[in-house]
Amino acid sequence: MHAFANPARFLKIAKPATTWLLLVGLALTAIGLLAGLTLTPPDYLQGETVRILYIHVPSAWLGMAGWMGIAAASVSQLVWRHPLAAVAGRATAPAGATFAAICLITGSIWGRPTWGTWWEWDGRLTSMLVLFFLYLGYIALASAERERGGEGRITAIYGLVGAINLPIIHYSVLWWRTLHQGESIGINGSSIDKSILWPLPLTVIGFTCLFGAAVLMRIRAELAETKVEARMRRMSR
Amino acid sequence: MSQWPFVIGAYAVAVLLTAALFAWAYVSMRRAEAAADELIRK
Repeated sequence: MHAFANPARFLKIAKPATTWLLLVGLALTAIGLLAGLTLTPPDYLQGETVRILYIHVPSAWLGMAGWMGIAAASVSQLVWRHPLAAVAGRATAPAGATFAAICLITGSIWGRPTWGTWWEWDGRLTSMLVLFFLYLGYIALASAERERGGEGRITAIYGLVGAINLPIIHYSVLWWRTLHQGESIGINGSSIDKSILWPLPLTVIGFTCLFGAAVLMRIRAELAETKVEARMRRMSR
Repeated sequence: MSQWPFVIGAYAVAVLLTAALFAWAYVSMRRAEAAADELIRK
C-alpha cells in the first residue's frame, strides 16, 4: 500500500486504470443488462420484475462495498497515516452514496408490484436507508473538515464508527424476519435458477469496474486540486 | 397490472444516476487536471 504513497507513482497507474475500468465496466454492464432484459425468462412467481435483480443486487453490493472501502481508508489513515487514505475515503463516498440510492429506489420499484407497497420499515430497507444517510453525513463532514484545513481524522473516525451498520445490513434478514426475503445467494450456491442467474455476475463485475473508475476519477481530481492549492499558496508567499 | 413499466423505470433510474455520477466525476477531474497543467505551464 505504501508503494502508492507517492501521488506521482499512484497517478502513473491510476490514469490507464481509469480508462480500462471504464471500458470493461461499460461493456460488461451493457451485455449483462441487455441479457437480463431480453434473454432470461420471467420468474414463475415474480414475473418480469425479477429483471430488476440485475441492477438491485450490484447496487446493494457497491453501496456496502463503498463503506468497506471508507472503513479501510480510515484505518489506513489513523494507523499508518497513509497520505492518500483521506483522499481515497472522500473519493469513495459519492459513488457509494449513488449506488446506495440506486439500491433503495430500485428496491422500492420492485416492491410495489411484488409486495404491494413502495416502502416498509423492514430491517433490511431501514438499515440500507441509514447507510445512505451515513454517506451524506460523511460527505458533509469531509467537505467541512477539508475547508477548515483539517487532516480528516474526525471524518476517519466517523468512517470507522459507521462501519457498524454493515453487519446490521447483512444480518438484518436473519434478525428481523419481516418483508425482505432471506439470502438468495451465498457461498454454498444460490436458490435462484441458473437460467435467470447467469447475467448477474456480468452486471456485478461491470458495475464494480464502473465504481472503481468513478473513484479513481475523484482521486485524480482531488490530487490535481491539492496540487493547485499548494502552488497557489507558494506563489502568494 | 403490467410489470414492464416497473422494470423500465428501475433500469432508467440506475442508468441515469450512474451516468450523472460519471459526468460529474469526469468533468471535475478534467477541470482540476487542466487547472493544474495550466499552473505548471505558467
